Amino acid sequence: MSPLAEKIVRLTALLPAGRVMSQAAPLAAYESDALTGFQSQPLAIAVPETSDEVIALVRFCREESLPYVARGSGTSLSGGSLPIADGIVIALNRLNRILRLDPVERIAVVQPGVINLQVTAAAAAHGLYYAPDPSSQSICTIGGNVAFNSGGAHCLKYGMTSDHVLGLKAVLATGEVVEFGSASREHIGPDWTGLFVGNEGLFGVVLEVTLQLLPRAECFHTVLAGYSSLEAAGDAVSAVIASGLLPGALEIMDALALEAAVAAVHAEYPPGCAAVLIVELEGPREVVAADRQRLDALLAASAAVGTRVAASPAERLAIWKGRKSAFSAVGRLSPDFIVQDGVVPRRRLGEALRLISEWSQEAGLRCANVFHAGDGNLHPLVLYDGRQPGQLEAAEKLAGRILRMCVHLGGSITGEHGIGVEKRDYLGEMFNGEEIAFMKRIRAAFDPSGLANPGKMFADGSPSALTHSGLHPLEKAGVISRE
Amino acid sequence: MSAPWQPATLEELAEAVNSAPQIIAVGAGTKPNLSAAASAAGATTISTARLTGIVEYTPTEFTFTARAGTPLREIIAALAAEGQYLPFDPPLAAAGATLGGTVAAGFSGPGRVRFGGIRDFILGVRFVDGTGQLLRMGGKVVKNAAGFDVPKFFVGSLGRFGVLGEITFKVFPQPVENLTLEAPLIPGREMTEFIAGTAKGRWEIDALEVSLPADQGFGIRPAIGQPDSAAKAYVRLAGPAGALEALAADLGRLLPITVLEPAAGQAVWQMAGDFSWAHPAGLLCKIPLTLARVPEFAALVGELAGARGWIGAAGNVGFLSLPAGADTEALDARLCALRVSALVWRGPGPLWLGASPTYLIHAAVKRALDPQNRFLALR
Repeated sequence: MSPLAEKIVRLTALLPAGRVMSQAAPLAAYESDALTGFQSQPLAIAVPETSDEVIALVRFCREESLPYVARGSGTSLSGGSLPIADGIVIALNRLNRILRLDPVERIAVVQPGVINLQVTAAAAAHGLYYAPDPSSQSICTIGGNVAFNSGGAHCLKYGMTSDHVLGLKAVLATGEVVEFGSASREHIGPDWTGLFVGNEGLFGVVLEVTLQLLPRAECFHTVLAGYSSLEAAGDAVSAVIASGLLPGALEIMDALALEAAVAAVHAEYPPGCAAVLIVELEGPREVVAADRQRLDALLAASAAVGTRVAASPAERLAIWKGRKSAFSAVGRLSPDFIVQDGVVPRRRLGEALRLISEWSQEAGLRCANVFHAGDGNLHPLVLYDGRQPGQLEAAEKLAGRILRMCVHLGGSITGEHGIGVEKRDYLGEMFNGEEIAFMKRIRAAFDPSGLANPGKMFADGSPSALTHSGLHPLEKAGVISRE
Repeated sequence: MSAPWQPATLEELAEAVNSAPQIIAVGAGTKPNLSAAASAAGATTISTARLTGIVEYTPTEFTFTARAGTPLREIIAALAAEGQYLPFDPPLAAAGATLGGTVAAGFSGPGRVRFGGIRDFILGVRFVDGTGQLLRMGGKVVKNAAGFDVPKFFVGSLGRFGVLGEITFKVFPQPVENLTLEAPLIPGREMTEFIAGTAKGRWEIDALEVSLPADQGFGIRPAIGQPDSAAKAYVRLAGPAGALEALAADLGRLLPITVLEPAAGQAVWQMAGDFSWAHPAGLLCKIPLTLARVPEFAALVGELAGARGWIGAAGNVGFLSLPAGADTEALDARLCALRVSALVWRGPGPLWLGASPTYLIHAAVKRALDPQNRFLALR
């Protein structure tokens, strides 16, 4: 038996029967996350059911020098939960209990496998909700949200996941179990919780998360406005921002994204529009009543070809369904696509969109745009067909060009999806060698052996991934293989 | 203490860090106990008095970047000129507190209730690490997930892991109007219920602070018409013109509130932000709380001789002030018994009081960022 196989035998003995899987079928099911262009098979999948089992697994991996990735629902768009070849996947889905929901403190303490939307569902009875709302919120887990500091459509006003995590308990890659933060919204001393959130799985595995809950807004005013061009929609956003309003959401979808949403969820948009802007105000009814007068006046003065105000909660949800299903809807237009996540200063949005359009035409690829206009977070969806020779490479090249542009314009290569495996070669566009070395020093403090999700965030020379476009060079060399 | 360095550029800041075996950066010194350990340690002081100025501010981006030594009041004025603000009401602005000092101390004011604290608005930092390198972490846009969130880590890090040179923040449009409400409270259950009910209601309050009754000489808290045992809750509503009176009236149907005149309301937030309610000399500490701990905190303030107390951020933080010469050991023992920890930022006494866990990772990260112990130890 090979040393690796022996490790798996010992791993199997660690958990009750059936909770370590190393057969071909389950391994295949885990070989990829939502960044489907990248695939890699792990040695085994471990399915713990308790915090103690997770702790035991992490300590086992440390003793055995076995790399691992903790995984929730595998919705990472940056390949953050891509398995490590010669490593294991720790699947946290069964740690799915809400341990405490305290309406007085307005907090929820949850296990990492709890689904994002379930927190809001549980809090709703108390008039509370959990603010971060990534598009995948009906399936993505809090553990993944914490690891990647997930965003959503309301980040300008409400911030990212990190802004809602008050404390956490985690097993670090060293095996040490720590509790950072507390149930209080205030802290003293360095913000360890803040440092941990967004670590991309490189520090360890989170076991419990204390989330702040917000009072659910009493009243919403959701407007969908159609425009004959992206520029016109962008101008409307500028007018809203300049007015001093602070909408909960400001979202834009372009013609191709609209086409996809119409096909997928039968969303309805004003006829003849090439871009749609969704603006949402929320708050106490008195505040929304005052703010909506200003918003309505602004939109009336904009070049909207048509506007629709959600007249009921159902209509509001329908508007959001069209928006949040856009990514998967694009799957109907193309066999494969890459979702980008760059951020540009808001004033450079128009310029960025023009360049993306020019470059995608140059590359001969279609590109749909769905983005958080309020915070400058672009989501160009580069469509390609992985079966066509050269298309994946062309798509990746275009995506890389877009990322560099975002940095060049003063923004970031990722607003909410994280670096993962997808953008690790671009980290150097944002940070210099000393800065990357600095982050690696922090990483090494948490994980001296480099076993926690290696190959993510930092380009460390590990095999990147196996892709649709044939064998990976290491696969050809017989170093790695897929069965 | 050695003569202070006064770097005027980030490069000079790096040079200053490299100049001595041990250094501590100080801003305006409004939280003197945070750097008090420097003299005993013989550390060199780096003053940020010349490292000032807003470097970048484009109002439509909702962001600004300023040097660490920039006084808060300068930033607040520049933002206000464009109808914007830092929603967490950074404290001690009138006393001259700097942006860098506020980050290092991890201080937020009453407004943190509405949209979050200083940790939720910091976006990026340029800083000098313990190896003397000038580095940049985070970003300059309102949304960014690239790399570890070192800017957040620096919030409350007390200059023990790096020296801040330049900081980027998110800002928001400032509400056009605000209204201050006052309600008498009996410390204990009623207080907790008032805070919980108000904070979770439909009104989306902007701030909620509670001043606890003091034995005597209590700043501007008038005793006229108030029983001595009463604490006072102050609630701020903020929003567009014409909406707040109705909200206040609605709150008034549930709670015994009085709407304060604008000047009186402003005086309340001034008092919360400059700690004028506290003993001018003596110990002043910050204690993170939960609502469940609020009655215990209020009781503690009532029990300790001469103590004054303030509850901020809708029950999430307590500030406790002792007169000069008071027994800090007794306070420490009480805080340990309550299993809470305190940061003493003004007056005599150790930096930390009470109980707080220590992990191996704390020292490991300190070694990673500051391998030569160029900055003071955190504890």
